[in-house]
Amino acid sequence: MEDMLFYDRVQFAFTITFHYIFPQLTMGLSLMIVYFKWRYLRSKIEKYNDAAKFFMKIFAINFTMGVITGIPMEFQFGTNWAKFSELTGSIIGQTLAMEGMFSFFLESSFLALFIFGEKLMGQRLHFLTGFLVFVGSWASGYLILATNAWMQHPVGYEILENGKFVLTNFSSLFSNPWLLPAFLHNQIASLVTSSFLVASIGAFYLLRNKNQSYGKLFLKTGVIFGFFSSVLLAFPTGDWNAKNVAKYQPAAFAAMEGIFHTEEAGAEIVFVGQPNMVEKKLDNKISLPNVLSFLTHQKWDKQIPGMDQFDESELPDNIPALYYSYHIMVGLGTIFIAIMGFSLFFLWRKKLFTMKPLLWILLFLVPFPYIANLTGWYVAELGRQPYLVYGLLRTSDGISPTVSSGNTLFTLLGFIALYMLLGLLFLLLVGKTIYKGPKPQTH
Amino acid sequence: MELFWYCIIAIVLAIFFILDGYDFGTGIIHLFYAKTEQDKEVIAKSAGLFWDSNEVWLVAAGGMLFMAFPTYYASVFSGFYLPLIIVLWLIIFRAIGLELRSHFKASMWTSIWDKSFGISSLLLALFFGVALGNVVRGVNLGGVENNTSLYEAHYFFLPLWNSSFSPTGTHPGVLDWFTIVIGLISVVTLAIHGANWIILKTNSSINKKLKNTVFKANITLLGLTIFSLFVWHNINPQPFSNFQENPWLIIFPLIYMSGITGLFFVKKYQNEMPAFLCSTAVILGGITSSLASMFPKILPSTNSTNESLTIYNTAAEEYGLSVALTWGIIGFILLFIYLIVQKRLMGGKIDHMNYGH
Ligand code: HDD
Ligand code: HEM
Ligand code: HEM
Repeated sequence: MEDMLFYDRVQFAFTITFHYIFPQLTMGLSLMIVYFKWRYLRSKIEKYNDAAKFFMKIFAINFTMGVITGIPMEFQFGTNWAKFSELTGSIIGQTLAMEGMFSFFLESSFLALFIFGEKLMGQRLHFLTGFLVFVGSWASGYLILATNAWMQHPVGYEILENGKFVLTNFSSLFSNPWLLPAFLHNQIASLVTSSFLVASIGAFYLLRNKNQSYGKLFLKTGVIFGFFSSVLLAFPTGDWNAKNVAKYQPAAFAAMEGIFHTEEAGAEIVFVGQPNMVEKKLDNKISLPNVLSFLTHQKWDKQIPGMDQFDESELPDNIPALYYSYHIMVGLGTIFIAIMGFSLFFLWRKKLFTMKPLLWILLFLVPFPYIANLTGWYVAELGRQPYLVYGLLRTSDGISPTVSSGNTLFTLLGFIALYMLLGLLFLLLVGKTIYKGPKPQTH
Repeated sequence: MELFWYCIIAIVLAIFFILDGYDFGTGIIHLFYAKTEQDKEVIAKSAGLFWDSNEVWLVAAGGMLFMAFPTYYASVFSGFYLPLIIVLWLIIFRAIGLELRSHFKASMWTSIWDKSFGISSLLLALFFGVALGNVVRGVNLGGVENNTSLYEAHYFFLPLWNSSFSPTGTHPGVLDWFTIVIGLISVVTLAIHGANWIILKTNSSINKKLKNTVFKANITLLGLTIFSLFVWHNINPQPFSNFQENPWLIIFPLIYMSGITGLFFVKKYQNEMPAFLCSTAVILGGITSSLASMFPKILPSTNSTNESLTIYNTAAEEYGLSVALTWGIIGFILLFIYLIVQKRLMGGKIDHMNYGH
């Protein structure tokens, strides 16, 4: 039974990590495409239109990968988490089914119209189709996050004597206090990913001395979007999420901040340090006293419960991973603000386009927002442990009763092989598209 | 309310099989009949332009099933674990086959992805039929051995096959000769459907030959159907009692038969639409008749200890089902409008249409 749980979790973690690589880009990129198209409508400068169409090509590849890897996610609720599906399906099924019906439909239909229908429709309608793709992908994110928010902080339910969760209030799924901050933070994080990609492609063209005018446009747009979204990500949205975790999941908060012992006079904030699970302390730490209490409660001496206040069985089961994930996310977030701040400064001083070292940095920055996004999710998901539905349904009680660990290991290996192939093909296609660059209108 | 959701999901699923069915069929035809580069290109295009919007119906059906019948979703998805993972792989290979073939103009590249598209379409068609066969045949719910259940009464786990491939007895596997026959029916039906679609949408050089193929395949289909009814009658004591009690249900098998009958005249039709409608009728009639024969069961039990799963003992509670109705109906109408608009915009032959790809 133990390994069963382990393989199910690894399989879910692996497949969702891979899936999330794609929507993470498409959600932000769709907004930037709408922006380019809008600029084109305003200015009639062809370059903006080419940019919109070029990024829609990249969007389309990511979208297809998102669909291909999303279907296994939906299957897995039934195949590996059957007990969970049985008990909570009538609640989370609502938001998941709405996602399938509305968002996927909006995205896939209007994406086809955007790509194939420009001449047929005229520019205003073409803008509208792009806009609806954006609405579809953000609606997807919203509904999925509503699902996740319910698991993090369940609302509007009742539990029957046979253990089933029953929905009692539909609208509370959407007024869940966990949802809005998570949604905003997540969408802005997606905007960070896409703006870094846009800036990076811009830097690539400038360094390669090809497609110069597009390079400048992409770099400029990417840096402006990148800076503002990085700032918004830390404050107010990151901060707001942290307050929510402190309020609703205090055990998870203690673990992610690395507070082993409750400090009477207010908690310190830790920048660096390695959790030592044997002695229950942080090794080699660099910290500032009382700052965490201030950030969380605006009072320097407010007490924050440490892990010693909770029963072992209530604490997340992988504290080091949770702690490191959180610190990687926040650390990267700070670095992003700094790099984008510099870049914006030099853009304003009109030096950015010729500053080779900075261009190289921007070129190779792309993987880091992906890492930050994924570690952010690890914080959310590891912090929720040991529960599937926080405080109510344990992860170990959610797995399928009839699927054996051998089967899951077997299919996990299969997924790993398959996804490596998919990843290679994906890189090949995106690489080819970027290398070819945007095509100016020939007729 | 359960009944209502059952009908909606059945309709959405049927639409999925009708729409994506022609993609599977196109793949099968592509595998066996497409010889020249140009034919390969148009035939793949006749599926490639549509597969992801057709997949919307599958995702919608899956989501609604999860919401409305969570116990059923949990039981079936975990019980058919291995075949479902196989289906996932096939869906993925079909999709990348279609998406990738035209990205590089090298014959080795295209032929790899063409094979990927063709073979996975063929196997998907087979597996969907096998799945239907499993559902009508039933499974050993609760994993009963010597009258005691190994798991909770609504769970089960099927091996891919058992040693005798026999559909009778309490321990069937996923593949036995009954489900394989249903799988073959599905392959033949979808191949016919796909051929009709190609004839409808393209001017490929093999269209004439395909009409012949449809005719011959139709004879096979009729034979297989009669054979399967005969077998089914033997493994399942009362497969037809629903039809005796509610004679109006006969309409579903009649739809099926009229489709088959219509297909025999395929060579006489002046334009391409009637044949396509006939194969649509076969799919629609086949799915609805199977469902009607079991109703209200949705997964029969092959042992006498645990009762079958029905729409009543697997459904979500009343409140959830009724709030979902409001968004469900809106969503359904939107999907339908979209289907019509899409078929309008992309109507006609596709050979010479330039979508700027
Ligand atoms: C580019 C990515 C990125 C960056 C730089 C940051 N985040 Fe983040 N964070 C995410 C991407 C992300 C995410 C992947 O989008 C998460 C996972 C779940 C969610 O809704 O958003 C998330 C969740 C998340 C949570 C919720 C954890 C939970 O649900 O248990 C907190 C408290 C923070 N973040 C806080 C921050 C702070 C204070 C940052 C300061 C700079 C920060 N994040 C930067
Ligand atoms: C918003 C939709 C999501 C839902 C509904 C969801 C749901 C789940 C479920 C059911 C599990 C398995 C049970 C468990 O181990 O707790 C899980 C685990 C996990 N998820 Fe998520 N997840 C979502 C998004 C994500 C994303 C985007 C990521 C990361 C990229 C992620 C990362 C993980 C990880 C790492 C685990 C394994 C945690 C562990 O078992 O230790 N999740 N999630
Ligand atoms: C366990 C959780 C998840 C499941 C079951 C899931 C399921 C799916 C499925 C079935 C698809 C393809 C069809 C469709 O769009 O409905 C898909 C695509 C998509 N998913 Fe997920 N998903 C999960 C996590 C996430 C997360 C965490 C996000 C973002 C917040 C997300 C955003 C998207 C988006 C935007 C698409 C559209 C394709 C794209 O733009 O790449 N999904 N997902």
